[in-house]
Amino acid sequence: MHIVIIGNGVSGITAARHIRKRSDHQITVISAESEHFFSRTALMYVYMGHMRWTDIKPYEDWFWEKNRIDLVHDYVESIDYGGNQVILAKANPIKYDKLILATGSKSNKFGWPGQDLEAVYGLYSKQDLEAMERHTPGLKRAVIVGGGLIGIEMAEMFRSRDIPVTMIVRESNYWDNVLPAEEAAMISRHIREHHIDLRLGVNLGEIIDDGQGKACAVTIKETGERIDCGYVGLTAGVSPRIDLVKDGPIETGRGILVDDYLETSVPGIYALGDCAELREPQPGRRPIEAIWYAGRMMGETVAHTLTGDRQPYRPRLWFNSAKFLDIEYQVYGDVPAQLPEDLSTLYWEHSDGRQSIRIVYETATEAVRGFNLFGVRYRHEVCEKWILDKASLDTVLQDISLANFDPEFCKQYEQDLVDQYNQATGKSLSLRKKRNLDQVLTFLNLRS
Amino acid sequence: MEIIKKIGLTLFFIGLLLFTACLHLSKFQMAGELAVDNDVHRTAITNAAAQSGLQGGEPQSIWTFAPRLKTTIKDAQSMLQAEVDAQGLPEGVAEWDYKIGDWKIKEYISSIVSSSTAGPISKSPWLWFFLTFGLGIIGGLLYILPSFAKLPGIKNDHVYHRSYQRGLRLAPRAAVLSLTIAGVLGYGIIYMGGSWIWTALTVAAGAIILYLVMIQQDSAKNQPARSAGPSITGWFGIFTGIYLIGFYILLYWAPSYIQGWIQLVNPISEALSGGPASQWFLYGFMYTIIVIVMGIRMIAKYRHNTYQMIRTGSVMFFQTAFAFLIPEIMVRLNQPYYDFKNIWPLNYTFFFDWNLNKLLDSGGLGIFMLVWGIALIVIAVPVITYFFGKRWYCSWVCGCGGLAETMGDPYRQLSDKSLRAWKIERFTIHAVLVFAVVMTILVLISYFSGSARLGFLNSEQVRTWYGFLIGSAFAGVVGTGFYPLMGNRMWCRFGCPLAAYLGLVQRFKSRFRITVNGGQCISCGNCSTYCEMGIDVRHYAQRGQDIVRSSCVGCGVCSAVCPRGVLRLENASGDIATRTSELRTIHIGEDEVTMLS
Repeated sequence: MHIVIIGNGVSGITAARHIRKRSDHQITVISAESEHFFSRTALMYVYMGHMRWTDIKPYEDWFWEKNRIDLVHDYVESIDYGGNQVILAKANPIKYDKLILATGSKSNKFGWPGQDLEAVYGLYSKQDLEAMERHTPGLKRAVIVGGGLIGIEMAEMFRSRDIPVTMIVRESNYWDNVLPAEEAAMISRHIREHHIDLRLGVNLGEIIDDGQGKACAVTIKETGERIDCGYVGLTAGVSPRIDLVKDGPIETGRGILVDDYLETSVPGIYALGDCAELREPQPGRRPIEAIWYAGRMMGETVAHTLTGDRQPYRPRLWFNSAKFLDIEYQVYGDVPAQLPEDLSTLYWEHSDGRQSIRIVYETATEAVRGFNLFGVRYRHEVCEKWILDKASLDTVLQDISLANFDPEFCKQYEQDLVDQYNQATGKSLSLRKKRNLDQVLTFLNLRS
Repeated sequence: MEIIKKIGLTLFFIGLLLFTACLHLSKFQMAGELAVDNDVHRTAITNAAAQSGLQGGEPQSIWTFAPRLKTTIKDAQSMLQAEVDAQGLPEGVAEWDYKIGDWKIKEYISSIVSSSTAGPISKSPWLWFFLTFGLGIIGGLLYILPSFAKLPGIKNDHVYHRSYQRGLRLAPRAAVLSLTIAGVLGYGIIYMGGSWIWTALTVAAGAIILYLVMIQQDSAKNQPARSAGPSITGWFGIFTGIYLIGFYILLYWAPSYIQGWIQLVNPISEALSGGPASQWFLYGFMYTIIVIVMGIRMIAKYRHNTYQMIRTGSVMFFQTAFAFLIPEIMVRLNQPYYDFKNIWPLNYTFFFDWNLNKLLDSGGLGIFMLVWGIALIVIAVPVITYFFGKRWYCSWVCGCGGLAETMGDPYRQLSDKSLRAWKIERFTIHAVLVFAVVMTILVLISYFSGSARLGFLNSEQVRTWYGFLIGSAFAGVVGTGFYPLMGNRMWCRFGCPLAAYLGLVQRFKSRFRITVNGGQCISCGNCSTYCEMGIDVRHYAQRGQDIVRSSCVGCGVCSAVCPRGVLRLENASGDIATRTSELRTIHIGEDEVTMLS
């Protein structure tokens, strides 16, 4: 069987690797973006000089040939559904038995005037990175439109080269459509601490042409203020890249519609990762989850299905992570920005304003539903088990040290958290476990 | 802030320039009685010096003085030889008390050079000490201290944009490495008195390893070296590397040429141990100063991470107290020079006859040192490594590790992460361990039997070659000289026999491992890039697999640089077997699919 995968991001490559682990099928991965798989989330580190291009490639270049995964560096023009083949820009068409679409996302453009000018880019692809590099010499200021996880990366990148940055963010606090108010305020403070000109609660008016087709300034819609700049970053989210299948028989919504088994409306064609839209997502989950982890899990799932072990896509508990300049962020489970009636929250913040712990629980049952962590590392498996077991807040607080994943000797804040809770509730809980891997393993029933 | 850093950098370079110039500025003139303890030899050399015009001449730089002195001593040697040939040895005088043995020449050059100093440095050593070490330290600190004003957090910006940090492309890297190896092996023939057999044996061993890795394991075709090159080679890095390599060559094999530097620290040596400085005192002093100043840099850089700060404090302490001050004070108290934390086989001279005799002759303290040294080998290494991994030594205590973690930190990203490099590493480090063990056994047999000759082998020659090839060339010239070229743990990773021993314990019987936090890895590669031991940490992290590797020195930097909090160093063995298995995954619900295999 010949499996052709369009796109060599984490979804497509994970699928390819796991298909190879489980079978001898012929595998071809096509990408126009880059010759080899690279970590998209690490693009920023190349610009900042933390790593070279070669360092963000998770596998050495010989890996693909050794594992008989054929790489084709070409652009897919179209799919010949009748002939079961993909039409390439340069090379001959490739026939497939099964086709996996892992085409990823593109940066959102909301019809702003000037959005297609030169020096206006998102931050998603290798080509975006090259554009940033190309426009950097002599750059006096960059404007970034939109907050979120990509905007902050782009701001950090430019700041590493001492380029002044203005961020135009629609929300009243950074990313507060996702983060609860306290954390959003913390991140907003931290961004300003890094000398980034953060404009909250405003929108982009237009991007101004310098007369030669290149952006030279933007205006703010609300105030009409003009900000001169040599680069405009569009980081107001991403949406599925579905141009390839839009006019074909495959049903699409915002993304490529897939069933539980990640199969599209055309049998034998699957879609994974950012470009896929689940017809029936799990309760509490969104139909499109354009994150690294979802792509990887979908890749594993489809690999099972295509190698004789048909598996529905069942992501476990929601989790995500990011880094806002110096502050690491981890989330496990439900941590809504706006707390609904039936949920309550316990929030602790360090006096230096760069670390916080939030636990969300059900008001009625006190069952723990989610963790939000800034500047503190917690164990994935422990938090997940508490949430899936519906452990009560009191239990979790008394055992909370089990979750701590900070490096040895780092100051632990579990006692502060419990003290604060005791003070607020009049309870007298105390920590009954220490941070200790053997205890964690016992808790997880993983001890052998 | 920037201006303070620039001033600091300028002062540092002025200090470095003057330090380098000291080699030339220092002048030498024979005066008074020569520092030679053998009367016959002294008279002969004095006569030869009078004939050659060296005695009473103008002060000269070391470049002319040392070669002329060597010629002079050789003249004296042949004069004495001629006398013996003509008249035979005088009554009751041993041959080597009369004739000058070849091995004495180096020693006499050293002692005569160090007692013949003239010129500005010996006149005002403190002034010159300030102008070199003083400016270097002040400049270095001025450059480092402003970092404390930055927000805490990982700051690796521009590491690969800087000419002194970004390393070499494959071709120049291979060129420098082969030239160095060829130079060492070539000089080795001279060093062993014209015998080429040792160089030949070493080349044969190297060829076997290359054959095994390249042909047997098919890595020539299937796993080419990682041509990771930036488009431009880091010229400052090459310059720094060559400077360091040059320093080690002079230090080990031509110490009389660095008399200018030794004079700089003479007053400090007098104050500490009561004796004049040797090249080893100079080396120990520089080493300690560098570990302290660069340790402060390390703390500034990783001050968001308590583990890094405590660990760096530990290597600074062990270097200053155990490697530098205590041994010097022991000497002052007429006790044997002893570094209490140096463990055989890294401390390869521990079982040499002169060391054993020295310890056995030093009363109770000497016996204690002997027992202590053996206890470290047979008890401390396995027991502490079982509980904490080899990090307790390699990145908390060891001097080589201390230098690598402080001065070497800017270069940690240059270690080769390719699978091929790992294959080579496993052969070379264990080969050195075997060499060290065999050498020590031969030396001990000789010690107890009283004869250096063991069948076709001469234990004296084996240990000389080990000292030259491993002790000096590998640990020093390559080990430190290659920091800016191939990373800061070349020696620890490819050569150190103690690291091999600790690694075997860590790999097969230790609670230490690095755990991976669920499915949080984003494969970004920071962990692998900043692993000084060249471990491809990401390979394990991205599949949720705990890491147990013999080479891991537990520096904790992978965990510190991870942007997602995925890695943690731990001591607990509960499920070490299952969690380190291949392709462990929890990405998909564990109810349906627990583990892929």
